Amino acid sequence: MTNETLLTLSGLTKQFPGVLANDNVSFEIKKGEIHALLGENGAGKSTLVKIIYGVNKPDAGTMLLNGIPFSPTKPSEARAQGIGMVFQHFSLFEALTVAENIELGISPELAKNGLRERIIDMSKQYGLELDPDRLIGSLSVGVRQRVEIVRCLLQDPQLIIMDEPTSVLTPQEVDVLFQTLQRLRNEGRSILYISHKLEEIRALCEHATILRGGKVVATCTPAEESAKSLAEMMIGSSLTLPQRETNTPGDVRLSVEHLSLKNEDPFGADLQDINFEVKSGEIFGIAGVAGNGQNKLMEALIGERFCDGASKIQLDGKEITRSGPNDRRKLGMCFIPEERLGHGAVPDMSLWENTIVTARERRQLSNKGFINIGAAHEFAEQVVNDFDVRTAGIEHAARSLSGGNLQKFIVGRELLQSPAVLIASQPTWGVDAGAASSIHQMLLKIAREGTAILLISQDLDELFAISDRIAVIANGKLSKPENVKDLTIEKIGLDMGGQSQESEIHAEA
Amino acid sequence: MDLFVNILLGISIAATPLVFAAIGELVVEKSGVLNLGVEGMMIIGAISGFAVTIETGSFILGILASIVAGALMAFLFGVLTQSLLANQVATGLALTMFGLGLAALIGQDYSGKSTGDFPKLDIPFISDLPIVGPLIFGQDYLLYLSIILVVAVIWFFNKTRAGLIIRAIGENHDAAHTIGYPVVLYRYYALLFGGACAGLGGAYLSLVQTPIWVENMTAGRGWIALALVVFAAWRPGRALLGAYLFGGITILQLHSQGFGINIEPQILAMLPYLATIVVLVLISRDKTKVRLNAPASLAKSFYAST
Amino acid sequence: MLKLERRKEPSKFMLYVTPFVAVVLTMLAGLLLFLLLGKAPVQAITLIYFTPLTSIFSLTELAVKATPLILIAIGLSFGFRAGIWNIGAEGQFIMGAVCGGAVALALYEVQGIWVLPLMCVAGIIGGMLWAAIPAYLRIRFNANEILVSLMLVYVATLLLSILVHGVLRDPDGHNFPESRLFHDSATLPILIENTRAHLGIIVTLVVVVIAWVFVQRHIIGFQIKALGDAPRAAKFAGFSENRIIWLCFLTSGALAGLAGLFEAAGPVGQLVPALPVGYGFTAIIVAFLGRLNPIGIFLGGLLMALTYIGGEGAQIAMSLPSATTSVFQGMLLFFLLATDILINFRFRWISKKPDSLEPAPVSLQQAE
Repeated sequence: MTNETLLTLSGLTKQFPGVLANDNVSFEIKKGEIHALLGENGAGKSTLVKIIYGVNKPDAGTMLLNGIPFSPTKPSEARAQGIGMVFQHFSLFEALTVAENIELGISPELAKNGLRERIIDMSKQYGLELDPDRLIGSLSVGVRQRVEIVRCLLQDPQLIIMDEPTSVLTPQEVDVLFQTLQRLRNEGRSILYISHKLEEIRALCEHATILRGGKVVATCTPAEESAKSLAEMMIGSSLTLPQRETNTPGDVRLSVEHLSLKNEDPFGADLQDINFEVKSGEIFGIAGVAGNGQNKLMEALIGERFCDGASKIQLDGKEITRSGPNDRRKLGMCFIPEERLGHGAVPDMSLWENTIVTARERRQLSNKGFINIGAAHEFAEQVVNDFDVRTAGIEHAARSLSGGNLQKFIVGRELLQSPAVLIASQPTWGVDAGAASSIHQMLLKIAREGTAILLISQDLDELFAISDRIAVIANGKLSKPENVKDLTIEKIGLDMGGQSQESEIHAEA
Repeated sequence: MDLFVNILLGISIAATPLVFAAIGELVVEKSGVLNLGVEGMMIIGAISGFAVTIETGSFILGILASIVAGALMAFLFGVLTQSLLANQVATGLALTMFGLGLAALIGQDYSGKSTGDFPKLDIPFISDLPIVGPLIFGQDYLLYLSIILVVAVIWFFNKTRAGLIIRAIGENHDAAHTIGYPVVLYRYYALLFGGACAGLGGAYLSLVQTPIWVENMTAGRGWIALALVVFAAWRPGRALLGAYLFGGITILQLHSQGFGINIEPQILAMLPYLATIVVLVLISRDKTKVRLNAPASLAKSFYAST
Repeated sequence: MLKLERRKEPSKFMLYVTPFVAVVLTMLAGLLLFLLLGKAPVQAITLIYFTPLTSIFSLTELAVKATPLILIAIGLSFGFRAGIWNIGAEGQFIMGAVCGGAVALALYEVQGIWVLPLMCVAGIIGGMLWAAIPAYLRIRFNANEILVSLMLVYVATLLLSILVHGVLRDPDGHNFPESRLFHDSATLPILIENTRAHLGIIVTLVVVVIAWVFVQRHIIGFQIKALGDAPRAAKFAGFSENRIIWLCFLTSGALAGLAGLFEAAGPVGQLVPALPVGYGFTAIIVAFLGRLNPIGIFLGGLLMALTYIGGEGAQIAMSLPSATTSVFQGMLLFFLLATDILINFRFRWISKKPDSLEPAPVSLQQAE
């Protein structure tokens, strides 16, 4: 690391309707350093990097690149001046090949003459194996990230921005990524590393800038801080970790045997012979990298799709394999899907109308097909009050709520139906730390009261914090469940990568 | 033998308007936009081409007018769906209703008139050869243009960067926006091309095929062109093939008496419509296959929050 | 610079105001159109929009025209809300008329109070069956319902033509392609003497009220809304998409079929090839104009009927071409779709140079 400055940000401000996303943000990135940009969801990290990458224009403030004023008006300008970016939700096209995707992300001049060969060379050079002719849709998330990184490197960038790069990787893939990043730094490139994972920032980054509510609240050297002190800077108050006592699980409430389901998405994983059971009072966690069959499993459990052949699902001993979502709810199953808007809630409908989506049976919101508007209003008010949902009123549309508040509404709507079995997928995804922690407390509370909870999550910290047992879903298959106390992150990581990774390598060879 | 040549000639003349309209709509759909107003753009193309040819006596000016008129209609669609984010299905329907009405309004002074024969390729000696002469070397110029257009679109999508960008935008407009492509602008380009093609297809009806002006003369060809795009699984070569298949069905009804078939003329007239339904059923059955071929952003509005 | 900004939630105010804005814009565009055609613009607009309101007879004509439009549009609105596009109501209208009319002709020798109800049932079934084809093909084979339902319009038109040229042709009609005139017990009773206002108008009013109750208060209306807004959430709620598709198609087919029968057994009184005059397509505009809400559709249907009656009047009085009406209807739908953006978005004037605007408020403050 040299002491020369690569990029200076001063006074960057960006206003969106109703929210000041960046408020007078200033800091420096040195040449050859990995600089962390740390902050919660909604702290303004994404807006800031979009300004650097030329997607957004700042309302005020300036940037200097190598001491020269720098104000890209579009991504191609930023790229031409040596800024590369690896997106969190990859900017890739599933139906196009690796080579076509790379061609789209680089300048036309670079795309000429022997691009395929250069892709292969570059990927070999950095140990990021790629087949230029594969369709993106057929690649695992980890390999897709390689495509983004190779695309970036082909332009010989001075600064590489990485937006939450590890959130979709297995622990082993994370190690490989870190090696690559360190190598890039040793070549004299700088990396702006966006994350909210404190341990990895302490391990990897020379400096960290912490954003909160759109403002820079601190710049520090992460190695000299503890994870706890970083977290407090990020959140602005001290964190209470979920308290959990060991409880003895009761009877089996949900049992799933030989569940198989073919995926109609040509790029998705089929579910293959999944077996597990969840007991009363237990939180059973399912870990796994996105796109390994979690969505299909959720659909099968909700009853949105019926599973194939020999599959058998039982709720409190009653067979529900061929029951629809509504019949399952009548028997005591409730669900929190991963996608809040558009799956868990109808975006344009009001909050009270959204109670009718799932609670009309268990809370008697309809009578002979006619909607009981009064009861729905009452129930919605109860959810809003009991679960501290911040909203201007239950007449307002679901999409007018912030992510965290809508999630609290949905969690509340399901919990107030006193479920026998609760299935939750990514209940704290994209939710701020305060709301996440309160959602965890609520789940623990109803588990104590005897609900069996199935928690599907990609967040290992979350799973380890509140589950009793964990299994891993990879490529549509479920590993053998283990007690949390017998598990290590490494062990889970191997399961998460294991099978799917191997088949990938075979396919590419 | 003459009958055979005549039938083949008839097929190609019946197919060409469908080729134009389908290839244009194919490019539009590849960019992720569903313009159901093909019928409206075609009929406006038909009347504009016809009226301008009558007024100026020039086929070239007539053809140009049909291209411009079709593109203008598509521009209207673009303003509504791309800039004002209106529902694409409803806007397409509006475009068709408006087009049919406006064409009838303009066309009321032109019924009964004729433009005369459209010029054909005439290479001395070669065009007079039996069979291949009239079929391959003696057709009208627009028919050759339609084939060239299909080849050009194939080349465009496979060999050019702009073609790649359009495919990418149709696949995932958010990703295309993030890496810096102007989604709406490219969609306008695609729409204008689609409109121009539909206009040409309409002009082919009123200037070459009939060649007179009749109200509602497109008779559902714009809708059939839409079905052809699905039939073609969004591949230009297959759209060409599909158009000629439909041309064949249309011609069957004209020549049925020649074959000694004696069926109600209305039943024969139903054939293209029934065939469209059958084709749609056969092609759409496999959902996975449709998902692989159809542009993933088709008919979704794009709004960049930044 | 004018910039679009997404609202946090849809504006109810704009939802109800924009149809009126669209009507006014259509009138203005109409003025321009008539100027271009070299006709007196103000006179034409007056003839189209206001003159029909000045006589009792034309008011009853208005109701007669509005009846099929409202009936069909209410059926279509269910599907449109759910994102299911039946645009072949014209075909279902024809099949309703054909089936109901066939019953009337088969019972030509028979009188009885039960003839008309029987015809209505036949008309409803005819429309439903015709609508069941695209529904079945969409559910079973994933075939696009827009294209299938539209193709069936052409097929139904040709079928009607075959029938009135063939088996249903008036035996005493000198080979003219039309059926016999329906006899008295097969025609709709007239409500007001010396007009064409028939019983179907009352039926339509009842349908409007029932539809309103279902849309606003019943879980069926809720299901349809949910499916249209968020298909995955509708599935999550336990609503079956296939059942909703069936429901929407069969309802719209039934109502379009009934409208067709009313047309044949009411104002027309027989089966003729020219029976379909585009109500099935105009009803699409009516459905949108009425915001897919039964009460709105009722008003929208009256307005659209007004342009029909007024358009005819203007055609005669000013020798305007008959296509003027369809151009007007197309324009109306355009303006409606264009102004719809105001429901979910607002326009904001964003100044490129904020500095240049600042002095103004400062000087105001000084003045105070």
